Amino acid sequence: MSCTMSETKNLVQGQTGLWEVVIGLEVHAQVVSKSKLFSGSSTDFGSDPNTQVSFLDAGMPGMLPVINKVCVDQAIKTGLGLNGTINDVSVFDRKNYFYADLPTGYQISQFTRPIVTGGYIDIDLEEGQTKRINLTRIHLEQDAGKSTHDLHPSFSYIDLNRAGVALMEIVSEPEIRSSAEAMAYVKKLRSILRYLGSCDGNMEQGSLRVDVNVSLRRPGAELGTRAEIKNVNSVRFLGQALEYEIVRQLEILEDGGSIVQETRLFDPGKAETRSLRSKEDAHDYRYFPDPDLRPLILAKERIQKIAEEMPELPDAKRARFMADYGLTQYDASVLVAEQETAFYYEEVVKASKEKDRRQAAKIIANWLIGDVFGAMNRENVTIQSLPFKSCHLAELVDLILDGTISGKIAKDVFSALWQSGKSPKDLVKELGLQQISDPSVIEGIIEQILTEQAQKVAEYRSGKEQLFGFFIGLIMKALQGKANPALVNEILKKKL
Amino acid sequence: MSLTNLTLTEAREALLNKKCSATELTRSFLDRMDANRDLNAYITETPDLALKQAQESDQRIAAGTARPMEGLPIGIKDLFCTKGVRTTAGSKILGNFVPRYESTVSQNLLDAGSVFLGKTNMDEFAMGSANLTSAFGPVISPWKKKGNPNQKLVPGGSSGGSAAAVAGRLALATTASDTGGSIRQPAAFTGLVGIKPTYGLCSRYGMVAFASSLDQAGPLTHTVKDAALMLQTMASYDKKDATSLNVSVPDYLASLSPNVKGLKVGIAKEYTDNLDEDAQKLLQKGIDWLTAGGATIHHVSLKTTSYALPTYYIIAPAEASSNLARYDGVRYGVRVDGKSLDELYENSRRHGFGEEVRRRIMIGTYVLSAGYYDAYYLKAQKVRKLITQDFENTFRDVDVLLTPTTPTAAFAIDETPTDPVTMYLNDIFTVTVNLAGLPGISVPSGLNQDGLPLGLQLIGPHLSEQLLFNVAAALEDAADFSTQIKSL
Repeated sequence: MSCTMSETKNLVQGQTGLWEVVIGLEVHAQVVSKSKLFSGSSTDFGSDPNTQVSFLDAGMPGMLPVINKVCVDQAIKTGLGLNGTINDVSVFDRKNYFYADLPTGYQISQFTRPIVTGGYIDIDLEEGQTKRINLTRIHLEQDAGKSTHDLHPSFSYIDLNRAGVALMEIVSEPEIRSSAEAMAYVKKLRSILRYLGSCDGNMEQGSLRVDVNVSLRRPGAELGTRAEIKNVNSVRFLGQALEYEIVRQLEILEDGGSIVQETRLFDPGKAETRSLRSKEDAHDYRYFPDPDLRPLILAKERIQKIAEEMPELPDAKRARFMADYGLTQYDASVLVAEQETAFYYEEVVKASKEKDRRQAAKIIANWLIGDVFGAMNRENVTIQSLPFKSCHLAELVDLILDGTISGKIAKDVFSALWQSGKSPKDLVKELGLQQISDPSVIEGIIEQILTEQAQKVAEYRSGKEQLFGFFIGLIMKALQGKANPALVNEILKKKL
Repeated sequence: MSLTNLTLTEAREALLNKKCSATELTRSFLDRMDANRDLNAYITETPDLALKQAQESDQRIAAGTARPMEGLPIGIKDLFCTKGVRTTAGSKILGNFVPRYESTVSQNLLDAGSVFLGKTNMDEFAMGSANLTSAFGPVISPWKKKGNPNQKLVPGGSSGGSAAAVAGRLALATTASDTGGSIRQPAAFTGLVGIKPTYGLCSRYGMVAFASSLDQAGPLTHTVKDAALMLQTMASYDKKDATSLNVSVPDYLASLSPNVKGLKVGIAKEYTDNLDEDAQKLLQKGIDWLTAGGATIHHVSLKTTSYALPTYYIIAPAEASSNLARYDGVRYGVRVDGKSLDELYENSRRHGFGEEVRRRIMIGTYVLSAGYYDAYYLKAQKVRKLITQDFENTFRDVDVLLTPTTPTAAFAIDETPTDPVTMYLNDIFTVTVNLAGLPGISVPSGLNQDGLPLGLQLIGPHLSEQLLFNVAAALEDAADFSTQIKSL
């Protein structure tokens, strides 16, 4: 690769000079709702082909669309969550094109008057930096069905289960300047949508798909000709597609060539993009207002009601975690990325009986991000299906903080907790892991060891101070590691 | 008197008074349908279904549980989807299509106890003014020119089969649809009453779409009373149609009163300039009848009128080009395979659609295309708004407008203009109402020199159906059209 990313200014160094990457994303987010945008059919994923299809979805003669209020409410919620303006009047248009998985020959979408205008997302970059990416619009539209071309040599198979499912198309301004920013944008957007409950964000199942518009220009110059990469369905692929596409365009431009405006596909197998169709083959969609639907008029009260029911979103939650629990930005970011994790975290914090809540909260955060996440990854378990109760994690941390067990012993207790789901208090008793904090017990053992090791004691006293650790090791071994380390230190020093 | 000579409301009386049974009535119509196949009024006849429904109606009548249209045999325009009964919209492309659902309008008629004789012929996808574009052959009007009994006349279109069926007494009444005049023009051509109600009064659910923002269902009947009964049965607020009006449908029939005293009748310059002699005479008669009834005449001007026809022939094809995209040979209807998906589309659509439908799809596609949209579709939408405002302003001064329904009486099949634009001029007095979403009714009002019927049109403001029925009834009484026919 002939390019390196400039860390600070996000410019690409070519052999003929610097280039600026300009990226705009169109994200198609499937709306969470029981039924489709204009029909009563179910939106269940994974049903047998063509079982979730109404007469309308199949484009039968005389069938008419009726707007699903739930989908509209979800779009309003999303618009509010992404800081956009909810338009009190929006219009559904028909986007006309022929394809076998588009039964009516048109997709109902919003062209000139979308439900949401504007908005922004603050994306999180490395080293705690953030960048605001403005949104152009969010509109509601129908999904198409699914074509499968490789099941039969001369026929295609069509599944209309997805046809008519509601999508939100979330369009960014061309303000993204690198693949890292693009990835951060999608991650943040996905997180917010999941918080809002308006999209499940499941990229593998196609609930969140990204169309990428990318072009290069000399810094400060007019926008260059762009290529569009369609239907990228993972954050990783997005990064790969952009890395490839930026280099491809750079090489063409540096050789004095020009970029062809076209639609490209990303091939995850080869990690490259390839041309799908050029501008000349582009459809003329012949948009016009759908005469079967009246303009969508939203009452102020309806928007207000949804605004009042908005959940706390990741940025606000992160700020609160940092302020209330004294977490670092990094820890707070990790904990708020998924709403379930954040909920779980606060559940554990609430269950802790430790008086110093901030201290407990910090240690709980460390445990969650460290041992719990580690075990979850290892065992392939989600936060909702942990094999122990949240209050037991709090109990474990409390046992550390009240000196009952050491941090080291706590790791053994955690393993036992994961295996058995029993209360850490019971486990400590059962396994005899209680920390030995009785000075007389510790003192007795120390005296015994010092007597046995008279030679080494003499060496220590004559200046070989590094032997201190040797004595600690023997003492801890004798006490099976359960002795209170601070107490052991203190008594040993005194005795020596 | 033959049972088939009854009007819809007369037949209802006869059934309720046990003068005849629904089965007898239905058989009479089935026999007449058999004997008049040459009119080609029906695409699909459903005699078995009709007799079964009639039997049930007889039981209900006997049990005293008759519904508002119990046992009344009617025809359904083949644009309304009927569950289990082939529905073609007059097109080859739907030649084998049997819906698994019932349109709201036909469901309302079924729920009211009516008997379905069959599906009536129509211009393909309701695109036509003479019923010559049907893939199932032209419909022949039961009317004949004086002194020329062998010349075949058109019944008008697109509801030509529905009109011929009623005029030829092959049904007591029929459903029809009107996008630019498809109820009123055939009504005028065949001596019937036809009303296009306010847009949204009848649900469009299950009605094969031509131009969604203009399409409205309505009835074709012998009398104003019959039309009132049909419309109040067909109309309903329907949640399945987002453009359906959420209003309760009045009992038009019970409130029918042919009183025009004090009524302000507008005569619009743009609808009366350059009329031919027959139409001019008829309009004058209408004015005289209404004046005699105590109405006052007001001369008004609707300056946007001349733009209505071009506006209509942009908006209607634009919507049609999109509405008809679903007929692609993939899921139902006619399919002609090809080597690629595009070839499958081209073959199926070329084979399945007739010339007029293809022409309008082309026009519609053109006016919506990038670079032409603003000049055609967008401008047409603006003009449409002006036409609507023009009517609104006019109805501040007058209660109804009186116009001829069509420039001329029915023409012969062999005199049909070959130039599509000349053909489109048939709709010149009717399209304005569709563009403005207003109700319009055509009342048979006289005969021309050739002995062919002519209609007068009344146009009223939004949801003025009751007023239109009342004024139409006054015209009907004065014209005494049924007596004129009998004297033929």
